[in-house]
Amino acid sequence: MSQHLLSISDLNRESALHLLDTAANLARATETTVKKLPTLRGRTIVNLFFEDSTRTRISFEAAAKRLSADVINFSAKGSSLSKGESLKDTAITLQAMGADGVVIRHPASGAPKRLADQKWMSGSVINAGDGTHEHPTQALLDAYTIRDRLQSGKGDLQGIRVAIVGDILHSRVARSNVLLLKMLGADVTLIAPATLLPVSVEKWNVGISFDFDRDLSSFDVVMMLRVQRERMVESFFPSEREYARNYGLNSVRLSRLKEDALVMHPGPMNRGLEISADAADSIHSVIPDQVKNGVLVRMAVLYLLLSGEQS
Amino acid sequence: MSEITKFTNLRNLEGEELSITVENGYFSDSASAVQKIEDCTGMTLIPGLVDMHTHLREPGFEDAETILTGSMAAAAGGFTAVSAMPNTDPIADTAGVVEQIFRLGQVHGICDVFPIGAITVGSKGEQLAEIRAMNASAAGIRIFSDDGNCLSSAILMRRALEYVKSFDGVIAQHAQDPELTVDSQVNEGAISSRLGLKGWPAVAEEAIIARDVLLADHVKSRLHICHVSTAGSVEIIRWAKARGIQVTAEVTPHHLLLTEDLIESYDPVFKVNPPLRTKRDVEALRFALADGTIDVIATDHAPHPIERKECEWANAAFGMLGLESALSVSFKAMVDTKLISPKDLIYRMSSRPAEIAGYKDHGAIANGKPANFALVNLEKNWVSKPRMSKSGNDPYRGMTLPVVVEATYLRGRKVYSHHE
Repeated sequence: MSQHLLSISDLNRESALHLLDTAANLARATETTVKKLPTLRGRTIVNLFFEDSTRTRISFEAAAKRLSADVINFSAKGSSLSKGESLKDTAITLQAMGADGVVIRHPASGAPKRLADQKWMSGSVINAGDGTHEHPTQALLDAYTIRDRLQSGKGDLQGIRVAIVGDILHSRVARSNVLLLKMLGADVTLIAPATLLPVSVEKWNVGISFDFDRDLSSFDVVMMLRVQRERMVESFFPSEREYARNYGLNSVRLSRLKEDALVMHPGPMNRGLEISADAADSIHSVIPDQVKNGVLVRMAVLYLLLSGEQS
Repeated sequence: MSEITKFTNLRNLEGEELSITVENGYFSDSASAVQKIEDCTGMTLIPGLVDMHTHLREPGFEDAETILTGSMAAAAGGFTAVSAMPNTDPIADTAGVVEQIFRLGQVHGICDVFPIGAITVGSKGEQLAEIRAMNASAAGIRIFSDDGNCLSSAILMRRALEYVKSFDGVIAQHAQDPELTVDSQVNEGAISSRLGLKGWPAVAEEAIIARDVLLADHVKSRLHICHVSTAGSVEIIRWAKARGIQVTAEVTPHHLLLTEDLIESYDPVFKVNPPLRTKRDVEALRFALADGTIDVIATDHAPHPIERKECEWANAAFGMLGLESALSVSFKAMVDTKLISPKDLIYRMSSRPAEIAGYKDHGAIANGKPANFALVNLEKNWVSKPRMSKSGNDPYRGMTLPVVVEATYLRGRKVYSHHE
């Protein structure tokens, strides 16, 4: 692996599979022996969150602590960040504090790359979600979950049919997932109204559909994306009711899924909008697995970037 | 007692040898009493360049540029006249502000600074500014623009076009439909979609240009389109000109050379408005400049202090430096590619903008005219680096560029020298 994880494009098929295998090994190690490994003892990891995200932050925090790293949480609220301190000054501060790794969540696309490229600090940068660009560890945990459930935890995702449904336009989860799932051989279809698909999406080399009901029973995985209610105000769709009717995973659509199909959601869910309660809680749902696997995958990322294995 | 200098061993843009005489600040054919001879071996004579689109930032943003440093940057780029856009603080929307900017330019005496007046009060697009007062002021404003903001109201645009007819004025439009470009960051297309940066679609420029050429036709007035950036805009302007509509257009050096793939770095030095476009757009702009559909090259020189660029893309300011590199970048895009001759390029950077803007003292080397000219070396290269501007947001930094400006003269006085 390179020094940073900014985008799925920092990985290739081999390094992505190695990362998933590492996560699987860490799962076995923490299940059979002690919960905490000494691997990153003495290393400092900073969770730098310019945007609220309790679940991603605690997932990274748990991952770092299980590897015995010291964790500092640096969040925008109640810190100098909310007083207009620049990314540069924050980076210089982190450098002075000796951060070995910085996990960054930022509302501006590309902010993690700026942090990595500008040499303001020397530690590894891990993108924990930047604007509407990417969220690579989310894609990795999704791939891990699919592989664990449908491929016995081994190999790639060749031939697995994945539908990603909802607000693709504003979704960093979708961007990272498209890159990673395709890299691992999966067959990806994006399903959304045309207003919520990015311009030139046809160049992504994936299936595109405006109709959730078409081919519904052919998918092995249905990944629902969060739809923000303010998108309605911006006229991306006319009403919540119309959105839910056309693109929500409801009980009728749930009943048409393949027997062993997986229902996924990166959270937090809008129950009743993009996903109904019975779909979210059904036997198809692997949403709690995603959360659990998130810690494992993030442990693997921190381990591979910071333990010195790459050199 | 008159002061007479003869510049010898020069070449013109067609490579022919010549010499010129400057007498008391004017080009002259006086054969007698030459007091000083300047040997200009290796240098090519060009009329002083004229920029129709410059941000000098004073008053209000002197941390980025001042009229003095901007004038020095202009002279270093071979310019003898620049047009100061009104988006200062206060906005140049009254006779008092435009006169002050004009006079400061004259006091510094390094480059003629011709202010452009705001069309509407505060460039807010709500109410016409006192356009006649600005025209009647010592600054003699004839070009009006709300640059930075598009004048999106169709009725105000119509009124503005009509109103400036009384003194042969021009409305210069920054064509950007505001509703289609809320928070827009970069050209809308495959790259913006992948990078997760909000798109600025070509149609937002083209729709306004289409509307405005029709309005200019309807009221028979003069329209100038600022910084044309798309292939579609070129088609509309070509159509309008063929119909005899009084429209002129400019393109920036950066839109002639740079393409949107540079934004993959997320480095805001490439953040500019209108955004860098596709290779196809760049090619269409080059051809349009070559065939005259686009009349002039204008820099849109937009200095910003370092902290406005050393940050996240979305938080960074729009704009690039242009004055010091414009001639070289334009040569690289247009002459090195053999699309136009050096002579035609200089026409589009000097005589043609002077003609559109009505700067009678600029853009010509002729006996009796003020001696506004530059001496350039067409054989030498240089590595781009801003020398005079107060800001450093140069997208060409480190790039090897053709053509070195050796010296610039304003009314016969040397205002820039490459070696000094």
